[in-house]
Amino acid sequence: MTFLGLTAEMLARIQFGFTVSFHFVFPAFSIGTACYLATLNALWLWKRDPAYLRLFDYWKTIFAVAFAMGVVSGIVMSYQFGTNWSVLSEKAGAIIGPLMGYEVLTAFFLEAGFLGIMLFGRKRVGDGLHMVAVCMVALGTLISATWITSANSWLHTPAGFSRDAAGHFLPEDWWAIIFNPSFPYRVTHTVLAALLTTSFVIGGVGAFHLLKNANNRQARIMFSMAMWMAAIVTPIQIFAGDQHGLNTLEHQPQKIAAIEGDYETHEDGMPLILFGIPDDSAEETHAAIEIPRLGSVILRHSWDKTIRGLKEWPRDERPPALPVFFTFRIMVGIGFLMLAIGLWSLYARYRGTFYENRLLQKVVIAASPSGFIAVLAGWYTTEIGRQPYTVYGLLRTSDSLSPVSAPAVGASLIAFILVYFAVFGAGVFYLLKLMRRPPETGDDHDLKEGPLRSSGITPGPGEATGENDQ
Amino acid sequence: MSFDLATIWAAIIAFAVLAYVVMDGFDLGTGILMPFFRKRDERDLLTTTVAPVWDGNETWLVLGGGGLMAAFPVVYATVLPALYMPVILMLLSLIFRGVALEFRWRSEIRRGWDTGFFAGSLVAAFMQGIALGALVQGIRIEDGQYAGGWWDWLTPFSLVTGIALVIGYALLGATWLNLKTEGPVQARARRLAAPTTIAMIAAIAIVSLWTPFINRVYFERWFGWPTAFFSALVPLAVIACAFWLWIGLDRKKHLQPFLAALGLFVLSYAGLGISFYPYMVPGALTIEEAAAPESSLRFLLVGALVLIPIILAYTAYAYWVFRGKVDLSEGYH
Repeated sequence: MTFLGLTAEMLARIQFGFTVSFHFVFPAFSIGTACYLATLNALWLWKRDPAYLRLFDYWKTIFAVAFAMGVVSGIVMSYQFGTNWSVLSEKAGAIIGPLMGYEVLTAFFLEAGFLGIMLFGRKRVGDGLHMVAVCMVALGTLISATWITSANSWLHTPAGFSRDAAGHFLPEDWWAIIFNPSFPYRVTHTVLAALLTTSFVIGGVGAFHLLKNANNRQARIMFSMAMWMAAIVTPIQIFAGDQHGLNTLEHQPQKIAAIEGDYETHEDGMPLILFGIPDDSAEETHAAIEIPRLGSVILRHSWDKTIRGLKEWPRDERPPALPVFFTFRIMVGIGFLMLAIGLWSLYARYRGTFYENRLLQKVVIAASPSGFIAVLAGWYTTEIGRQPYTVYGLLRTSDSLSPVSAPAVGASLIAFILVYFAVFGAGVFYLLKLMRRPPETGDDHDLKEGPLRSSGITPGPGEATGENDQ
Repeated sequence: MSFDLATIWAAIIAFAVLAYVVMDGFDLGTGILMPFFRKRDERDLLTTTVAPVWDGNETWLVLGGGGLMAAFPVVYATVLPALYMPVILMLLSLIFRGVALEFRWRSEIRRGWDTGFFAGSLVAAFMQGIALGALVQGIRIEDGQYAGGWWDWLTPFSLVTGIALVIGYALLGATWLNLKTEGPVQARARRLAAPTTIAMIAAIAIVSLWTPFINRVYFERWFGWPTAFFSALVPLAVIACAFWLWIGLDRKKHLQPFLAALGLFVLSYAGLGISFYPYMVPGALTIEEAAAPESSLRFLLVGALVLIPIILAYTAYAYWVFRGKVDLSEGYH
């Protein structure tokens, strides 16, 4: 039975991909924003400069909207394994279930429990406990990323398990399961990606308001903080990505072969295909533009060590080369674009034109959504590259599906698409609306109402309004 | 009754679901009552009562799902396909109502999002009730996979349990508003609570009288000795609770009606528990049969035993911070 010519398996894969893509961008943004808010709040408590408090309040409302969307789309994910992938859940639930259970117990409750105090409670609990709440929310986002990445990594590089006659995965060694071979690389790469994604959004918002008013102190601060982050973290991220790639070569060589678009095994060093059109049925990459030997240099750090091409594996054990070939290049391209912007910002600082360089600011605005694109492209690379398996090499995607009929999955997919585009389209619209507000007044009620309960500092007449209020 | 790992886990998941039902119950109920509050400032007040706590409340639902997958994978893998449509509709509704709470403050079309908050709350509550009814009826399982049809969940009984849960949540919402607000909003919430209480008692009675005739197991459990002793106690306690609620409303108490409404939920839930035990899926899977390998149960139990008390502590603290009547000046403006 098919629906619009698609099988239930294909529809379920599209549904998972669609819902997880929508979900993924919100936590990616929340991780970075929560850490940024913790930094801003610490700076406010330390320096007592109202600009930091205004920035905190400014980003706080943006965080609240993004976090809500992350929560509701995340609830969908926690049930998606059961509705569409019940065989995977039944066979591997004893391993990935506890990892996700720990995510709920150590992260979700922490975030949700302290979010209310972080958003609405400063006056009720005082600065100290409020800071604790802000840090708990940030910590929660990071812990959440750790557990879910561990569960996802286990599907890529399963370890620490045995199997019974019916094919259930049985846990043998939890330490080996959690710290499975690809986990350290994947979690580093993912968290850095989240921080970079957010820093480009913050940088873009800062740049946008700088173009409108070059003297806006809050805009200057956020633009500068974001660009420091971009300049420092991007090189680290490129290194982390390279290490992650080497780890993937070790454990999932088919994925690397597909990423590289290489069907042949080169005995004398693999070229790097910059561009081409991989064609799985013809088993060759058309119109390839190659740099000889560079593939071996990057992946084996040697001139002539060989890398296996896709033809080394039977056809039914290969991931589709075309999508991962392109998604990988999009991700890497954006990475180097970020590196260029980071270096440019350093140069502009060195020249003393950092806040005046309008071209740099316009480029940063244009690049502000690039992190999301890179995160999704990288996610597609790794997940499509895991095909045709859900648990790598052990459980096929086609054997993981619920006993669902194509029309049911198709109907629910259409419902998801309609609701997600409506709801999250509106959400993005409101987020942009919030980001268009100039970051000066925010809500200054905390300052206007005189002394804060725990600090006892009454802001002076000049401080309370900031230097550059219009 | 042996307290082995599987039984402990069944108890933990039962607790997570109960925590979800009572906490998200009052905030879904607040949404269900939206149409009775027409003025903008009244609606601002309504949504502000749940704004600081709604995501925490819904996290219990995620714990229920995650815990089920970890401790009873086969239940997770059979119940969700069996309840495919109600679950998907519930999830989509929860999306609407969750974001509506955040969007309404930023939007030109606040009324539109309020409608979304109402409709999402109503449909989510209804679907949860339907899912419960479908589970009580039992689910066809063969070889660890769901073996029934697409519409098995839709029966007169499940529709009634759906309506019953909507009424129950509305009662929790009304008593919650009575606790958290003042003035005309509180007065109206109290007026709404009285007929809702009567409807809830009627719904409990109908479902209770119907359930034993759905499955022989329930019948024997309810009317067989010695369990009949307990099943006789529950209705008596329900009547006492309802009476206490009524008195509380009559005397214009703030907290008492809410606690009494929670009591009604806990009792109904206990009645279900008596009916279900020792099954996870009535008539199909027992707790023992469905349990994950001991290693999984043990590994997650360590965390659960340490963390759930901590979670309850800081959740209670968050509720304590926002105790008392809601103050509109603390929201987003």
